[in-house]
Amino acid sequence: MSRLTLTTSVLAILAASAATARDQVQVAGSSTVLPYATIVAELFGENFDFPTPVIESGGSSAGLKKFCEGVGENTIDIANASRRIKEAEIAACKAAGVSDIIEVRIGYDGIVFASDIDGESFAFTPADWYKALAAEVVRDGELAPNTATLWSEVNADLPAQEIMAFVPGTKHGTREVFDIKVIEQGCKDSGASAELESLGMDADKLCTSLRTDGRAVEIDGDYTETLTRIGSNPDGIGVFGLSFYENNTAELQVATMNGVVPSAETIASGEYPVSRPLYFYAKQAHFDMTPGLKEFAEFFVSDDIAGAGGPLADYGLVPDPDLAETQAGLAEEALMN
Amino acid sequence: MSDQAAARPTSLLNRGDHTARRHAAEARFRACGLGAILIGLAALAMLLTSVLGSGLGAFRQTYIHLPIHLDAAALDKSGDRDPEVLKKVTTIGYRKVIDAALVEAVAQAGIVIPGLTEDDSAGIISREAPAQVRDMALSDPDLIGETIQVRILADGRIDGYLKGRVSAESAARDSNVSLAQLQLADAMVERGLLSLDFNAAFLTAPDASDQRPEAAGLGVAILGSAYMMLIVLALALPIGVAASIYLEEFAPKNRLTDLIEVNVANLAAVPSIVFGILGLAIFINFAGLPQSAPVVGGLVLTLMTLPTIIIATRASLKAVPPSIREAALGLGASRMQAVFHHVLPLAAPGILTGAILGLAQALGETAPLLLIGMVAFVREYPGAPPEGFFDPASALPVQIFNWTQRADPAFVERASGAIIVLLAFLLVMNAAAILLRRRFERRW
Repeated sequence: MSRLTLTTSVLAILAASAATARDQVQVAGSSTVLPYATIVAELFGENFDFPTPVIESGGSSAGLKKFCEGVGENTIDIANASRRIKEAEIAACKAAGVSDIIEVRIGYDGIVFASDIDGESFAFTPADWYKALAAEVVRDGELAPNTATLWSEVNADLPAQEIMAFVPGTKHGTREVFDIKVIEQGCKDSGASAELESLGMDADKLCTSLRTDGRAVEIDGDYTETLTRIGSNPDGIGVFGLSFYENNTAELQVATMNGVVPSAETIASGEYPVSRPLYFYAKQAHFDMTPGLKEFAEFFVSDDIAGAGGPLADYGLVPDPDLAETQAGLAEEALMN
Repeated sequence: MSDQAAARPTSLLNRGDHTARRHAAEARFRACGLGAILIGLAALAMLLTSVLGSGLGAFRQTYIHLPIHLDAAALDKSGDRDPEVLKKVTTIGYRKVIDAALVEAVAQAGIVIPGLTEDDSAGIISREAPAQVRDMALSDPDLIGETIQVRILADGRIDGYLKGRVSAESAARDSNVSLAQLQLADAMVERGLLSLDFNAAFLTAPDASDQRPEAAGLGVAILGSAYMMLIVLALALPIGVAASIYLEEFAPKNRLTDLIEVNVANLAAVPSIVFGILGLAIFINFAGLPQSAPVVGGLVLTLMTLPTIIIATRASLKAVPPSIREAALGLGASRMQAVFHHVLPLAAPGILTGAILGLAQALGETAPLLLIGMVAFVREYPGAPPEGFFDPASALPVQIFNWTQRADPAFVERASGAIIVLLAFLLVMNAAAILLRRRFERRW
């Protein structure tokens, strides 16, 4: 009998709870945006009367998938993304009833190449990375497996150090940027792309397939894992976010790309080639439902937070020169087309 | 013939080849066994030294002791101490007041460091400090205009310096801390303005962002884990015990019950992530329960713990000799009376031990929680039960996972500290299980 009452009371509580309103903003998405979002959430919680938003990570794609599950209490309000939302994702959102998406660009993030602080210094070009990491290269008019073992073999100006690169796994948004802005660019710059095409081969595919003989190691975890790998393998060169590097300058030294040292200034000016915008996406339908959602979104891109000299810039975000436009768009709740 | 006699052992005192071989085999086996135990112990020692070595620091924290003048001109321009107006001054406003107080305190103490700018000195204060002082002022508006003595957090890098994690060499390469700041820290320690104290906030404070490793604590995670364990205990124990009593004492032995038995044993071996997927599909997507809430975590962990409890309960019910049941039945007790008056009390220590071990396993489980949104940044404490079961919360193992992914090196210490706390909880639970078994278990 007591078991029966227990079960019914549990069911009653479950039923009652489903009806109560959620009172905090819920966010999910990119692990690159996560530290910025937590910094803003913390400041938001201590300065506003609203509760501190709850922020999950899990990757841009996972976050957007959750975002597109529908509208209502049990769906998230905001998805963080280290890349732009894709057409397919917008379509999935529409199908689930999420048609009023507000896109907010919070700033830019640089992708840097860093190695052990006590090791050699590097000055890379995208072509060096392509030649070092491509799975197959053209040799004597034919495709042959890449056999380069030292950086000096791909570019005589580089130190004679073993090629050992830690690149982000394919589930990371960072990898996409790395593929496009470094590997594909390098493929074009080095002339390999044209050469492949002249031989009648699929240049797009061959350009971005990385070697699998252990020289290019995919890291599925976070930057902390890459850092640990470099700690145990001083020959390794890792791909990091600028903010991660800036928090670990005691252990890492950064390489230049096309002769440009990555920094907030060179990324904002566009001189440093490997950078990307960071976004979050909000549901307009939730603005009336979730208390504090609009305030949080506006606080995120306010000058005090995302502007130059703000806490996000302190942490490594490159401020967006067009922040005022973003703020205006958010104020009038401009939807994506 | 004489050869044969020599080859065969003839006396107990005279060991033959065969005996010697058998003894050697036994010695080898013993050495292997001892070796296995030594390898196990060495692994444990390595784990403990690495965790304790990097984690004990989390229980101590660097604090700055300062007199702060809460300037009414800056913090309450209207002058009537209206709480609503006071709230308009953000932590940025308080930060300026604290920075000024520090610069003044350093000057008053007669500390002169060449090359130290005011920004540098302000940089040794944690970004959490303005929130600490603002909370003080908002809860007692009369403090505004007064000079109060406060204890505020120091920046994570300064904390690392006092704990030996940051050195002059690493500071020279580190863009987040300067040599002058370390010299200032040394001078402040000498004058009692900076000290390394016990860090109670590590167990009570909520999580903090990447910019404030010094403020991060386990409060929300411990509360979330406690809520989940309550739910698991309240659901898994009665359901598990009821199921086992029925299966063991009442159910007929047929194909159906055999099938159930095989399934229970099988479920106990199912990877925990599968329960997470189930939880996401049923409790969140279908039943509409909230994300990141202890109630969903508790339900998922209940499903995961049930087979463990059922198996342990059935084993301890089986261990009660049939003579007890038969004696009770022979004296006219009903089957239910025989079970509840005689068998269950005798099996109780074994059942509780199984339940505690199941709970300990659930406490350390991370994988299913990944899928139901518990791996989140949560700073608000969940409310009191039962409503609190539906508020977002974190959990201990998840908090550890979270901290190991943070960029700031100070989080390594926090993560190891959290592992120590989790190990302590597990140790207490396992010790309770052993104690129960030792004191109450009866052997037949």
